[in-house]
Order: sequence, then structure tokens, then C-alpha cells
Amino acid sequence: MHLIKLAWKNLIHNPLNLFLNLILLTLGIGLINFILLMNTQLKDKFEKNLGGVNMVVGAKGSPLQMILSSMYHIDSPTGNISIKEGTPFLREGHPLIDLSVPLSLGDNHKGYRIVGTDHSILKLYDAKLAEGKLWNNLYEVTIGSRVAEELGLGIGAQFTSSHGFNHDEDLTHDHGVLTVKGILKPTGSVIDLLILVSTESVWAVHEDHDHEGHDHEDHSDHDHSADETHQGHDHSDHGHNHGDHDHSDHSGHDHDDHTGHDHAGHDHDEHQHDGHDHSGHDHSGHDHSEHNHQNDLSRSHLLTHGDKDITSILVKFKNPKNFQVLQLPRNINENTDLQAASPAYEINRLYDMMGTGTKALQLIALLIAIVSALSIFVSLLNSLKQRKYELSLLRVMGGKPTSLLTLILIEGLLLTILGYIIGMLVSHIGMSGLGQNLEEKYNYEFVPWVLHGKEGLLLGATLLLGTIAALIPALMAYGTDIHKNLSQG
Amino acid sequence: MLKTLELKHQYDAKVKFEFPDIICETKQTLLVLGQSGVGKSTLLHILAGILPPSSGQVFIEDSSLYKQNPRALDRYRGSHIGLVFQKPHFVQSVSAQENLALAQRFAGHPVDKNKISHLLTSLNISHRSEAKTFSMSQGEQQRLSIARALINEPKVILADEPTSALDDKNCEEVLALLETQAQAAGAALIIVTHDNRLKDLFSHQVTLN
Repeated sequence: MHLIKLAWKNLIHNPLNLFLNLILLTLGIGLINFILLMNTQLKDKFEKNLGGVNMVVGAKGSPLQMILSSMYHIDSPTGNISIKEGTPFLREGHPLIDLSVPLSLGDNHKGYRIVGTDHSILKLYDAKLAEGKLWNNLYEVTIGSRVAEELGLGIGAQFTSSHGFNHDEDLTHDHGVLTVKGILKPTGSVIDLLILVSTESVWAVHEDHDHEGHDHEDHSDHDHSADETHQGHDHSDHGHNHGDHDHSDHSGHDHDDHTGHDHAGHDHDEHQHDGHDHSGHDHSGHDHSEHNHQNDLSRSHLLTHGDKDITSILVKFKNPKNFQVLQLPRNINENTDLQAASPAYEINRLYDMMGTGTKALQLIALLIAIVSALSIFVSLLNSLKQRKYELSLLRVMGGKPTSLLTLILIEGLLLTILGYIIGMLVSHIGMSGLGQNLEEKYNYEFVPWVLHGKEGLLLGATLLLGTIAALIPALMAYGTDIHKNLSQG
Repeated sequence: MLKTLELKHQYDAKVKFEFPDIICETKQTLLVLGQSGVGKSTLLHILAGILPPSSGQVFIEDSSLYKQNPRALDRYRGSHIGLVFQKPHFVQSVSAQENLALAQRFAGHPVDKNKISHLLTSLNISHRSEAKTFSMSQGEQQRLSIARALINEPKVILADEPTSALDDKNCEEVLALLETQAQAAGAALIIVTHDNRLKDLFSHQVTLN
């Protein structure tokens, strides 16, 4: 015990050395732990959100982009597909498909994505209602737990959707006032971040608001990769100035009236949705004044809208290893205008791409760790030279050679343990900083103060590093020749 | 009581020392005089249990010092032999009183704070007990090293050139201090020096050549 105390006093006796060694150790250990923390959380996020989906079907484009947008809701979709094209996958009773989920993306509320879908999505992520009820009628939404929490939305709350995926006041659809009907229990998966509505609500919001015959397909063709997607095309121009097209009946129509679904006197038939084909659409002649937003959520009903668009379909196979199943994505890609991709495969590809960067970082961290071991070695060796009388003195006072060995080892280990503790703290603080940043960008929650399970291993490696660095100085202390040292002084 | 029997030490073929038998009773002071190169340090280290002689024996209280195993010898040295160096060395990172506490611990004794403060008071440096040793004056350091030699109530106190760096006044003071403290502790005091000022002060002396 007194050796630990003495070792500690010796360390703080030389604060500059202590400081330098701690900085190096903190950098090395902190960086390694940060990478571990980051990797496990990313992997965790990616894997949790796989939800058993084996294949995603959407418009042609980058498969990774399609996966990211449809499964992780962090990129823009590759485009839209028509219900007709997607029918084989959406139809119930497909021999290979266990579950398919249609997704219509394109809108958000304060950065949280509005997803037009049916109740099948709940099965994917094992989501259950916490309160209220599921979305059924037009303009009804059920929201994920994080959406409710972060935006402070409760049952009955109303909000308008905005176009695109980034929060932008200018792009609000004033016509589509959505009402929260239910809130889901937290699942830890991406569904916590989603606002779920019926596919038809998404269509309805856009139809109500479909200025300049600007249909959704066009939208998705915009360059979504430039983050501020919709700023490029000037929405202020058509910010309810319907001058572009023939909305003459609209003039003098006060849009504020619309909040609270006050569609009274708002006869849809009077709208002239140029180039917008309502034929074959159940909702043509749909009388909004009656507020009868009945909405059939059944799959067979959805399939009657063959010419309407959705964004993508998430598919879960009955048997993912079935030979036909393995051939399916390739067949789709080669023989149709659709694109099929495997989330697991694309995510692995993403890991590989990130892996290069991670490896470089890991290498740097390892180098810093080695340099810090060298620095500990050199400073212990230096202090040994300065303290040769002191060490002889400890022997004269009754200390055994092993006491000196232990003393120097403890000095090395104390340093590394201290570096480990500070490194851990710093990496977690860094993680909370980055987590906040990522949360603002993608709404994904990163938990900074968790363990990733490899802390013990890292501690072991750290102690080993300290031992190796201190071993030679410790052995030199062990071999202190008292007679020689004292004769010189 | 310390005595030696036919002590010889040989470093290599050329450097080779033979020492006269010496004896120093409890509460007695023995002066070992000799010029540089006659093996003063060698003798001192042999007596202190630091350097095993090539041949011959050292007895303290009738037990042969080097008959013990090395571990026991380390303990014995810490407990029963007090060393005062020419230039005082201390553990730099801890305070004056902690240096004394370390001397107790390394000798395998429990720390006795009362004893430490009592000793510091009797040597007139109690006001410096919290000071780091490198901030103390030379006189204070010399007193502290005497305190350290005495802290475990040794049977023998060995002083290596305790006065050679001091002026006449300080020299007398330190000698008086060493003698009174050694007698109070009931220890045999052996002073090894080339300082001729001491020659006439002690009746019991051995000259090396």
C-alpha cells in the first residue's frame, strides 16, 4: 500500500512528465474507445433496423441510396414506382413473400419523415401502440415514440407536413393538416422516428397541393443528394400564389381557414388539376365538405390505384435461403424497370467503405498508444537516473530489490490506469458531442454513456502496455547496486 | 555492539583491501580515519550490510551480519543499522516527516507519528516537518538524515564523512548531536572520515592505510 502511495507521489512530483504521458495515453486510449463506441452503435443501429427485411424494391438508382432511404430514412429515395409495377410484391398470397410493406416517402414534419404505408410496417419492427389508435382515415397519423417526445406531440395534436426531408417552413403543405391519433411504444428501431400515415394520405396531401402539375415523380428526380434539395426550385413563387395555373376559384380563398380541416365550401371538383388524372381514383368526386375521410387500408384496395406512385416496397421472404428467392433480386434488376437490393448486402458494402476510414483511425490510435508506451518508458528511465540515490536509499532503509521493482511497475501502471480513465471519459464526452450532431442531422439517437462490451479488453491491453513500458526500468531498479551508487555520491 | 573479524575485500586483482579488526561497544563512539583510496567507503558499506566482504565477518550483538539470507539482511539493515551520509539523500517527492515514515515502513515497522514528531522536535526541525527535503537548508538536511538514521532505534549508527562539508561551528554541532542521540538511543556510533579536525575529539579510533 505504501508503495502505491509513494509511486503516486513520485508521479506528481514530476507534473510535466505526468501531463505529457497522460495526454498521449488519453489520445491513444480515447481514440480507440471512441472508434469502438462509434462502430458498435452504428452496427447496432443498422442491425436493429434491418427488421428482417430481405429485399427492398424501388426505382432504379443507387441500391445503397435506396436502402438508406427506405430502411434507415437517412437519404433521399431513388425515385418512385407505380403500384402497377409493384403489384406482384404487394399482392397478398405471393408464394415466396412472407410480408411486404409499401412505403411512400417525400414529406417530413420538422425533420421527422412522414411515411405513407399500411399497418404491415408495425410487424417489421415489432411496434405496438402506447396510446391512442393506429392511423386509418385520411390525415390521421400514428407517430413513433421519439417523434412524440422530441416534438412534444400528443394525441389530437395537429401539424402540417412539409415537402422534402429537411425541415423548411417555406415548403409546408397548408392543405394537409395531419392529426395525431396514436403514439407507438419505443422500439429502439427507426420506426421511433417516423410519422406513419396511410398511403392515400400522402397522395391526398400532394393532390390538394399539387401546384403546377408538379407531380411527385418529378420531385424525386431532383438532385436530392444536395442536402437543401428543394431550395433549388423556387417554392416562394408558388407559395400559394396559384397564378401559374387555373385556380381562379381559389382567389380570395383564405388559406388560414383550412387549419382544422375546415374544408367547408371547398369543392374539389372546382379545382382544375391540370394534367392530373383522377379517373379510376375512388376519391374523384370525393366530397371533402362532408369530411368523410373514410380510407380503406386493405392491400387489395391499394392495388386498385395501379397508376399511383409509391416509393418502395420492403419485402420479407418466407424462406430467405430458398433458391428462387436468391434469384429474385437479379431477375427483378435484369427484367424490370424496378430495382431490388438486399439490405444486408448493401450495409456490408457500406461497412467496407467505412472500414477503410475506421482502419486508418485505428492505426493512428495504435501508433499513439505505442508512442505513449515509449514516452512512459523514457520518462521512467530518466527518473530512474535522477533517482538512483533515492532508490539506493530505499534499499538502505530496508527495501527489498522486489520492492523497487514493484514501485516502478506501479508507477507505470498508475499512469496507464489514469490514462485509461481519462481516455474513457474523453471518448464518451466526444461521443455525446458527435451524437448530438448526428441527432440533429439524422434524428438518430446515439447514446454516449453506454458500454460496448470491449472495455475490459481495452483495460487489459492498457495494463499490458503499462507493464511493458515499465518492465525494463523496473528490472533496472531491481538490479540497483547500492554500494556502487552510494560510493559515487 | 559491533565487531569485525579479519575483514578482507577484493574488487579485482589490483584493488584489494584488508581491514584491521574493530570493535565498538554500545553507546561508544569509534572514529575510523583514513585518506582517500584506503577503502573507507568499502569498510563502511561492509559494516552497513550493503556490501558482502570477500572474507571475514561482521558481528552485531553477537550475530553474524552476512550469515542471513539477502531478504533478512535487507530487513535487518533497515531496522538495526542507521546510516548518515556525507551528502544527505532523501526521497524528493515526499515531505521531511514522510521520509521518516518511509524509513519505518521499509524497515517493516508500523508508522509511529508520535515518535517522528518527537524526534523532529529533539533535533530542532519540527517546524520543517511538512517541507519537501530539497527546500531545506544544508544544516536542516543533515539533522533530518540523523533523524532518519535514528528513527528505528538502531543498534549501530554509521556516519560517512558527516562533517567534511561543514564549517567548524556546524561540524561541532553535528558531532555533538550524533553523540548525544546515539547515546540516547543506546547505539554504537562509528564515524568514518578523512576529516582531521575530528582526530583529537575521540579517544577510540582506528586509522586505515
